[in-house]
Amino acid sequence: MNIIDRRPNPKGKSHTNRQRFIRVAKETIREAVKRSIKDRALGDVDSKEVVDIPMKRINEPRFHHSAQGGERDHVLPGNKEYVAGDALPKPRGGGGGGGGREGSPDGEGEDSFQFTLSREEYLDVLFEELELPDMAKTHLKETMGFRTTRAGFSATGAPNNLSLLRTMRKSFARRISLGRPKLAEMAAMDSAIAGLADRSDRSPEEEDNLIELRAERENKVRRLKRIAYIDPVDLRYNRFEPTPKPMAQAVMFCLMDVSGSMTEQMKDLAKRFFLLLHLFLSRKYEKIEVVFIRHTSEAREVDEETFFRSRETGGTVVSTALAEMQRVITERYPPEDWNIYAAQASDGDNFSSDRAACLRLLDQLLPLCQYFAYIEVLDEQAVDIFRDDNNASVLWRDYKTALESHANFAMKRVFSKADIFPVFHQLFAKGRKAA
Amino acid sequence: MGQHELLFQGAAWDFSTIQRTFAAIEDIAVNELGLDTYPNQIELISSEQMLDAYSSIGMPIFYNHWSFGKHFARDEKAYRKGYAGLAYEIVINSNPCISYIMEDNTMTMQALVMAHAAFGHNHFFKNNYLFKEWTDADGILDYLSFAKAYVARCEEKHGVPAVERILDAAHALMDQGVDRYSRRSRPRLADEKKRAEMRLAHRQETFNDLWRTLPQKKEAASLSDGEIDARRAALGLPEENLLYFIEKFSPRLKDWERELVRIVRNVAQYFYPQRQTKMMNEGCATYVHYRIMNRLYDRGQIGEGAILEFLSSHANVVFQPDFDDPRYSGINPYALGFEMMRDIERIVSAPTDEDRAVMPAIAGQGDVMGVLKNAWAEYRDDSFIAQYLSPHLMRKMRLFKLADRPDDPHYLVDSIHDERGYDGVRRALVRQYDPGFREPNIEVTDVDLSGDRRLVLTHRMSNGVPLSEDNAKASLNYIAELWGYAAHLNGIDADGTTRYHLEAGPTEAR
Repeated sequence: MNIIDRRPNPKGKSHTNRQRFIRVAKETIREAVKRSIKDRALGDVDSKEVVDIPMKRINEPRFHHSAQGGERDHVLPGNKEYVAGDALPKPRGGGGGGGGREGSPDGEGEDSFQFTLSREEYLDVLFEELELPDMAKTHLKETMGFRTTRAGFSATGAPNNLSLLRTMRKSFARRISLGRPKLAEMAAMDSAIAGLADRSDRSPEEEDNLIELRAERENKVRRLKRIAYIDPVDLRYNRFEPTPKPMAQAVMFCLMDVSGSMTEQMKDLAKRFFLLLHLFLSRKYEKIEVVFIRHTSEAREVDEETFFRSRETGGTVVSTALAEMQRVITERYPPEDWNIYAAQASDGDNFSSDRAACLRLLDQLLPLCQYFAYIEVLDEQAVDIFRDDNNASVLWRDYKTALESHANFAMKRVFSKADIFPVFHQLFAKGRKAA
Repeated sequence: MGQHELLFQGAAWDFSTIQRTFAAIEDIAVNELGLDTYPNQIELISSEQMLDAYSSIGMPIFYNHWSFGKHFARDEKAYRKGYAGLAYEIVINSNPCISYIMEDNTMTMQALVMAHAAFGHNHFFKNNYLFKEWTDADGILDYLSFAKAYVARCEEKHGVPAVERILDAAHALMDQGVDRYSRRSRPRLADEKKRAEMRLAHRQETFNDLWRTLPQKKEAASLSDGEIDARRAALGLPEENLLYFIEKFSPRLKDWERELVRIVRNVAQYFYPQRQTKMMNEGCATYVHYRIMNRLYDRGQIGEGAILEFLSSHANVVFQPDFDDPRYSGINPYALGFEMMRDIERIVSAPTDEDRAVMPAIAGQGDVMGVLKNAWAEYRDDSFIAQYLSPHLMRKMRLFKLADRPDDPHYLVDSIHDERGYDGVRRALVRQYDPGFREPNIEVTDVDLSGDRRLVLTHRMSNGVPLSEDNAKASLNYIAELWGYAAHLNGIDADGTTRYHLEAGPTEAR
């Protein structure tokens, strides 16, 4: 009998099957994920997701008998009081009395089953079919990552890198070239010697032969001792070398108007958008930095907490934020090394005196950016007014002019949580034309 | 107490305990019970790996398919939420016979599982005539690894969706993809693999791109009646093995698609004996573990605690709720199987007058294991019940037969466990286990080869029991998909009237 311990075997043997299943049930899962993104609390936008999948979508049909209809007999155990000829009322819905479930492995009665997506799977579905426009700048100087790759074999190394195959091959070659006697040869010779030595009636030639054989054996034993089976010169080690690997890096600018006119609800919408963008970018880039810039009548780079939490009062001068962004870019993120993404959220207010300056700055910034998305967050009351493109906020009308001259600029309006994902989807859809 | 020392104490185990206990079990199984088994291989796995094994129908190697992912997700959830426990073991009909045991089991459970799987099931696999005739224990693992590699290669070459299209459809026909009667030569799985490789090699050697440029022949002119009959005879109609028929004659399948259908068919055939002998197989294994564990206790090799733990878990396995119990979900194959084996033991060793009258051949015959081994070798579930279900056991389990007639608002208690009812109950139970009645009888009866090539299937309905309609429609669609042209299904009653008619066409986008 053999006992084999399979526990150390690699886990996740059915991972491929799981991926396949997700693909088959994709439609349902995608719907559920889209539904979930608007219902989720901010904190767990990227956690696991439980999906209900209707059985019908993923049915595996088989020909089998229906649970009802036709003449059928059931043999049942545990009779208590019945005698032959008794009549029992049929339960409503039928079938219940007999071994009804048998023969239908997937249970006709099962309506759906729940399925939990891992975080990775959830994000995969979420960002499927989305792509980053213009991921051109991947030639980057400083941030070179290193990856160990195989680089042949070497004669020195750590014991754990010993290449058994190579070592044995070397040893084999050396043993052949130096003529190390084989054990089988030795054994054959031994038995020949023993065969001769056992006999007492040896002829003179056989006597000579025996002496010769013994001498030869002596010789071979010496060789055997001198020529090792495995010699240190045979040892070969797997060699690994760190290879530099260019790492694409990106910086994401989050620009938000935090003036009094922005309500908590609007900021919440903006935050959801930023979060999605951040999640999305961090899947595409190994290294991503985020810069938060908020502005009222003046702009400041802040940390995340301040960005979303604290409130300020004051007027609205959008160009200050753009100027701040420009300053940060020149100081820390030279455009030739960094992929620059920017997302700006605002309710569309701007001082009228600032309009020209704002547009001029935007014109300077856009060529530096990979992509600049402007979303206008509006509350529910504004829905009716702004549905029509002719009724637009100051900023919207100004930015619209930039839309025509820059392909990497996009703008959308967001009214409610439910809009966030569709808008995001439109902004980053594959093969997107300049919106 | 006997002359032996305790093999283990407490729940903990290690490899040497398992080794020692296995040796003791083997001693009893081989020398006292005279079981004849394949060599054993015990594999120790974690509960997670057990779930993995579940999802690919218990086989250690299997090709990839989304449905296994679905099963895994469902089983995993049921397990994590505590709705369902895991099986203590999985055993594979291969040579050597592989039994999986779980690391979470106590030592007593490991002993039980080894006795159950490594000797009970193993003996059954090696000796039952169905397994001998239809399965190839030596070749199955090699064949499965070939199948896995083949499917993977097809996926690489033709894309996952193209492969899934065939597998989805073939899976739907698995139940109708077996030969019920021995007619064709038996599958030698090792040859299967060689055959597929040779075919591929031949195609590569003889490949000549020029053939492609030859003008295609026009459709053959319509055939005369005589020729149609000849063609039908050549097709061997009627044909009950739908997968076989499709594999051989589908006008549209490509070579690699045919091979996929063949793989599914071979797997279905391999599992077919297990479906036909489920009750006996479990009965045999349960009886064997019961005998062995008790014997270990008698010989003083396991302690009081262990035997109590064993009995409690054994009682759970063979528990049969009454029909009016909320827990009732059909007859428990372990319970019925075990009871029947015990009953045979009783009849052979201490028969009553009734037993002598009903089963004269074995009553009081004396050699319990001889009779049982013969039964395990020569019968399947339905014939086993027909031969060995005794009135005593029917009374003990209080079996009764309920007749369900469609136009009667009541169920009729047709026969019960009494003198007049024994035959009726036994016959009904036999039918319940007879694959010919349990599964719909669907055959290929016609192919309109000269015309639109539609495939005609006939469902011969027994007792007017219809098919589950949604499933039938979806499955028929799959048939049309594989066949490449329309498929019709007619439901024919016992008196020859057509009860229903279904049609399906292939999807056009190919």
